[in-house]
Amino acid sequence: MSRAALDGLVAAFPQYILETTDRLGDEVAIVAPAGLIEVATWLRDTPALAFNMLSDVTAVDYLARNPRFEVVYQLYSVSKKHRLRLRVPVGAENPSVASVTSVWLSANWAEREVWDMYGIRFEGHPDLRRVLMYEEFEGHPLRKDYPMQQSQPRMDLRRKERDAVEEYKTLYVDKLAQARKAEP
Amino acid sequence: MNRAIADALAAAPERGVQEDVMVLNMGPSHPAMHGTVRMVLTLDGETVIKCDPEIGYLHRGFEKQCENATWSQVFPYTDRLNYCSPLLNNFGYALAVEKMLGIKATDRCNYIRTILGEMARLADHFTCLGAGALELGAMSAFLYAVEARDHIWDLVEEVTGARLTVSFARIGGLKEDLPANFAERWEATEPRLWDVIKKLDQLSTKNRIFMDRMMNTGVIGADEAVSLGFTGPVLRSTGVAYDIRKDSPYFAYDRVDFEVPVGTNGDNYDRYLVRLEEMKQSISIIRQCLKGLPGGPLNVDDPHIMLPPKESVYNSIEGMINHFKLIFEGIQVPAGEVYSYTEAANGELGFYIVSNGTGKPYKLRVRPPCFYFMGGIDRMIEGGMLSDIIPTFDTINMIGGEVDR
Repeated sequence: MSRAALDGLVAAFPQYILETTDRLGDEVAIVAPAGLIEVATWLRDTPALAFNMLSDVTAVDYLARNPRFEVVYQLYSVSKKHRLRLRVPVGAENPSVASVTSVWLSANWAEREVWDMYGIRFEGHPDLRRVLMYEEFEGHPLRKDYPMQQSQPRMDLRRKERDAVEEYKTLYVDKLAQARKAEP
Repeated sequence: MNRAIADALAAAPERGVQEDVMVLNMGPSHPAMHGTVRMVLTLDGETVIKCDPEIGYLHRGFEKQCENATWSQVFPYTDRLNYCSPLLNNFGYALAVEKMLGIKATDRCNYIRTILGEMARLADHFTCLGAGALELGAMSAFLYAVEARDHIWDLVEEVTGARLTVSFARIGGLKEDLPANFAERWEATEPRLWDVIKKLDQLSTKNRIFMDRMMNTGVIGADEAVSLGFTGPVLRSTGVAYDIRKDSPYFAYDRVDFEVPVGTNGDNYDRYLVRLEEMKQSISIIRQCLKGLPGGPLNVDDPHIMLPPKESVYNSIEGMINHFKLIFEGIQVPAGEVYSYTEAANGELGFYIVSNGTGKPYKLRVRPPCFYFMGGIDRMIEGGMLSDIIPTFDTINMIGGEVDR
């Protein structure tokens, strides 16, 4: 990645790329949330760039800033051996951003962790559950307004664990039965 | 085998499997689920139809704690990320902060970091291969591997004073230099390591049972692995030669000669072979570094970063003030953000750091390689046999401390 490639990105999406920097050898593009999927797909599929790996997804909580959150994507191209960082600003009210799971598979768990830790929703994510904390956890611990010493309420015993057999049946067996019914 | 095959299996009407599925909780306390992790498995006979890994049992708020510690106080926390190779985490974090500060470690420091880092990689691979063989029933291979790891830890103890929680790196340098007799000690240890690698090779590589359990199990394709964010030996076993030590060299890796072994099938057996070959390369790197170890200062010469020597702390007011400021306020890192990456034993260990110009990190994110393995392990397991989970889980070498943070 170089300054020229960053300029190419700006030329391709002038309406979505809000700012680019290349400080300390790290190329960064700030992308408007509306254009994330389009930009991500373009970065992956343009042969000269070929960002085929999403190394990491995380978020930063700038409590005093507006918009409050920034979701940060670290991209890498295994064939071209260059990197790029995308930053997507997200507002404090009901924060949400489009999920890139359709572009890179690694986004699945990484976005689950961002939801868990920062409470940012990813629209279109196939399975947005908490990943490190338990489902009953209250709040999102890496937000800056979550106190370090915060304690959690006691929770009741779960009545029932997630039932994988039931899930399996809704996923496969019910579909199978429907398919059979449709047969003449 | 993958999800598509599992889907096809489940959708075949003539199989009549509807009533036969069962759910099995593997872990969190299971001898083969090292670290602490649970897999909720849906089984059709012995075939795994669905696998839902559940992590977080070792979560201890690493990132939250780091945001409330000074830049130097983070080192002990990084020891506890990948506890099989703590030195590599130390150096990875030090490198990230140095990138932020815009300083370069000295030549001597870079060489010593390379030597110690490769020793940590050796220990990590010995643990992985030994434990992997043990869980397939090869007790003797495990005992040899752990003996070799202990030799390495003896050396690490000689240098750092601790075997596991070393906290040896400093921003801009190291805690101290290598002991005077280190090269001799290494000379004495190296033949024993070669011995053990040879023994491991003889005990496992052509072992019928081992081959049957490892070959064509836990297969992942190259494109899928890249998309899933796999790095390190797991990615290299699929044939993608992605090694940060080669692709964007740091420390002294651009001044040593080494090969990046790659596999072809992306199965457990290839991952085992890649690790075995990497150990040989690591020993060669250590030998080259010891041969070319330059003299000169160990740490950067900057009173804003390095603690002053104890004599000046106790005997002069300037030294005392300098020490006080560094300990209480921390190193003042300029505002900005940086993503720094190193090749840890399991793959890309990244640190994304945001500083607001104070003595504490505003945000410190670790990109643990194992987290992404766990995110994609269902694709390696689904459609395979229940017993294949054991070698697959071994060869991805999940480390709980790093996944759960």
